[in-house]
Amino acid sequence: MIVPTVLAFLGDFGEGLDFIFHERESVSGGVQVGGLGQVGGLALTHVEVSAAAMALGTALAAPIGLYLGHKGRGQFIATSISNVGRAVPILALIAFFIAFIGVGFTNVALALTLLAIPPILTNTYVGVRQVDRDVIDAAEGMGMSGSQIIWRVRLPLALPTFFGGVRTSAVSVLATATIAPLANVQTLGEPVLNPQTYGFPGTIGASIVVALITLGTDAGLGVVQRLVTPKGIKLAQGGRNAKGFSIPLVRRREQPT
Amino acid sequence: MVFDSLAQVPERDTGASDQCVAEDGFCPQWIVDNFGDYVQPLLDHTYLTVVTVVIGFAIAFSLAILAHRQRWLTGPIIGFTGALYTIPSIAAFFLLLPITGRGNTTALVALVAYTLLIIFRNVTTGLRAVPAETVDAAQGMGLTDRQVLWRVELPLALPEILAGVRIATTTTVGLVALAYLAGGDGLGRQIDAQITFKSNVALAGGLCVLLAAVLDLIILGVQRRATPWMRAAS
Repeated sequence: MIVPTVLAFLGDFGEGLDFIFHERESVSGGVQVGGLGQVGGLALTHVEVSAAAMALGTALAAPIGLYLGHKGRGQFIATSISNVGRAVPILALIAFFIAFIGVGFTNVALALTLLAIPPILTNTYVGVRQVDRDVIDAAEGMGMSGSQIIWRVRLPLALPTFFGGVRTSAVSVLATATIAPLANVQTLGEPVLNPQTYGFPGTIGASIVVALITLGTDAGLGVVQRLVTPKGIKLAQGGRNAKGFSIPLVRRREQPT
Repeated sequence: MVFDSLAQVPERDTGASDQCVAEDGFCPQWIVDNFGDYVQPLLDHTYLTVVTVVIGFAIAFSLAILAHRQRWLTGPIIGFTGALYTIPSIAAFFLLLPITGRGNTTALVALVAYTLLIIFRNVTTGLRAVPAETVDAAQGMGLTDRQVLWRVELPLALPEILAGVRIATTTTVGLVALAYLAGGDGLGRQIDAQITFKSNVALAGGLCVLLAAVLDLIILGVQRRATPWMRAAS
């Protein structure tokens, strides 16, 4: 009784919320669209294709960033990848994949992987690099080997920055998965981009779900990021200022957009 | 209804009627012949980007000056702009439709929202990085708070501030490509209209990247000119 009243009060947004929870006939007629079942299915594909991209992106970017950072090589590569990555429009990237490679789940996952790599690579690199020289000297003085220094000193100290990169990547990958229907992958972008079938409420409803998923993921990974931050760093930083934007020269920590 | 323009697909000019175009290939000749069609979208794209960054800068800069005086405001402002920043642009474009309708206005509102966090953070970081001794010295010379801000702190923070503007600009160029979803102009509509045609995608996408690079270089040039002491030091 009270729910329809509230939904009506919200206007277009109420209609959108209603689309998420209840099936309705499509605009063109004949098919039932919306409702938790369909929206849930689209959300699942959305998360699947994003998770695949994140897994592959992390598996590729983290080891490379770790290695380059430890060796102190490839500063130019690590920073220019993130700069170039920022300048390439997401739509152009997806369009490039559609036009030159093809459509489908794998191709979209690969396109999103390209999007996921720069923040993770740069943040891993910078995280490893920024470990205080004195700390490394102390570890060497204690007789630690190269690999021990990587695993026991550099890695733990780089974890917060690394997770910052994962967080940035996850948000942009989930956001971009919305245009996956252009490449025939039925994500939440399906109702968003096809109002002629799903109607305006479908567009609004799916947009709300996409926004909630990204905000939730950002908040969740933010908690993880805080949990993996070694106590010493938390004390030194005095709060969450791990997110800073800068053109990555040598001087500042980088967390691209 | 609201979405009629999404359905428009321009007729492909196959005047040359060559094989390459028919096969959706990458055809340099087609690109040369049809370059003219991309000039207006490129100009629109540039216009949307510049207006977005200018408005975003005005808002974020004012907020940063405010937060510089009232430190406690920094946290809440970063929290709020951070939440705006996290909402996917595509979702934001559509969620604004019931409020601002289809067109460049909706695109602008969403795009400006994305620049706020970037610029605010960099202005704040830049102002905080000014050495306390420098400010002390300025105050000792009898400068008022306002003079300290405009003549000492802001010039010293300029590189950091402009770094933020550069990031905001390149990011905005990329996001403007999606503005067509909200009924806005720009190269995005061009990309989407013939998304399987390699020549079209390469041309429109290439122009986006080029635009980002050119705008970035322009701001870098401004930064070089505005901070001559940086060159002397390095």
